[in-house]
Amino acid sequence: MDTVITLTLNGEMVSARADQTLLDIIREQKISLPTLCHMDGLSERGGCRLCAVEVQGAPRPMAACVTPVSEGMVVRTHTPELEAYRRMVLELLLAERNHICAICVTNGHCELQWAAAQAGVTSVRYAYLHPDLPMDASHGRFVLDHNRCILCTRCVRVCDEVEGAHTWDLAGRGIQARVITDLSRPWGASPSCTSCGKCVQVCPTGALFAKGATVAEMTKEHDFVSWIIRGRTKREWVW
Amino acid sequence: MTTQNGKIRLATAWLGGCSGCHMSFLDLNEKLIDLAGRAELVYSPIADAKVFPANVDVTLVEGAVANVDHEELAHQIRANSRIVVSFGDCAVTGNVTSLRNRLGVDDLLTAVYREGPGQAPRGGEADRVMPRLLPRVLPLHQVVRVDAFLPGCPPDPERIWAAVSALLDGRPVELEPKLRTFGA
Repeated sequence: MDTVITLTLNGEMVSARADQTLLDIIREQKISLPTLCHMDGLSERGGCRLCAVEVQGAPRPMAACVTPVSEGMVVRTHTPELEAYRRMVLELLLAERNHICAICVTNGHCELQWAAAQAGVTSVRYAYLHPDLPMDASHGRFVLDHNRCILCTRCVRVCDEVEGAHTWDLAGRGIQARVITDLSRPWGASPSCTSCGKCVQVCPTGALFAKGATVAEMTKEHDFVSWIIRGRTKREWVW
Repeated sequence: MTTQNGKIRLATAWLGGCSGCHMSFLDLNEKLIDLAGRAELVYSPIADAKVFPANVDVTLVEGAVANVDHEELAHQIRANSRIVVSFGDCAVTGNVTSLRNRLGVDDLLTAVYREGPGQAPRGGEADRVMPRLLPRVLPLHQVVRVDAFLPGCPPDPERIWAAVSALLDGRPVELEPKLRTFGA
């Protein structure tokens, strides 16, 4: 893949390799673009839509993480429309489940909380749904709280692609969708879970956390995903 | 609209919240002296006024709208204030006060009181002692129009001062990202 692609990004000509995505190039150019489902080292999902950018000639915004570069593309990342859409996405996420930051284990370390503040969300225009959602505290070391899950599926992907266990999956559709362990049996009864904790570390919110953590105590470490992937693919073990 | 002595007319109100936002307001400490020089506190849980007055310039509202008394006061505040500020996460998002929303009012009173020791308040219906609970706790801006938002549980004094000093200077409240996170 040595072909060089040239495209226009926010008015600047930039070059890219043909196997790169728009998000790769945007990050290379040090342009700040919010993401929640993307995680360096994991496959892309294109689910959160925060990285949606304007591609000239396209009928709708395109998620940068799943859009390959192509020759002559004209891309804008921060138009007023895109920023308004990003605020809408974040407000919808905040309204859908019970994100009560003040009493959350990841208060102050949460990617959703910070993305909302950065995007300028100071209130939510939509009616809060306040769904009655359960927690699963059956695992010996970790807890799943559906109230704080945004269905980014980082847990599903890291468990499948890095740990190789594929304990996590999604059940249900649309607003009924839930992350599940082993065909929806309690996490503590999962024979496939290795208790490695990768899912907990990559979770952007307080949906997965270490048992015993209380308000604002849960911090997360993501870099290990890139270290492991680099070690596996390039035999370079650097951290 | 200012008083005869050139001070702005400031009010604070306490709806469905824990008063932590007011405690944080008092933690402005010596800035309260600056504030007293520029604003007159015309209504507040920490001032002796029984009725919400007319012609208020700025009202900071703590707490979510959880019962019919809150709802009535919210409308009085809106009708008599030039600028209404949602002060703290309960007013802004519903926050902890809204945790009861997954239960109906009757189920809530059963879960909290009727199944526990002692006598349960009536609450679900109007009586002369307790205001009737609303079916769902609402953030203030879903009840009346709100002009500015000051998130935080509670907003720390730095945030409060950033917002209040902007309002004293007649500027819009535009908090930088680290001062506008929910929760923290």
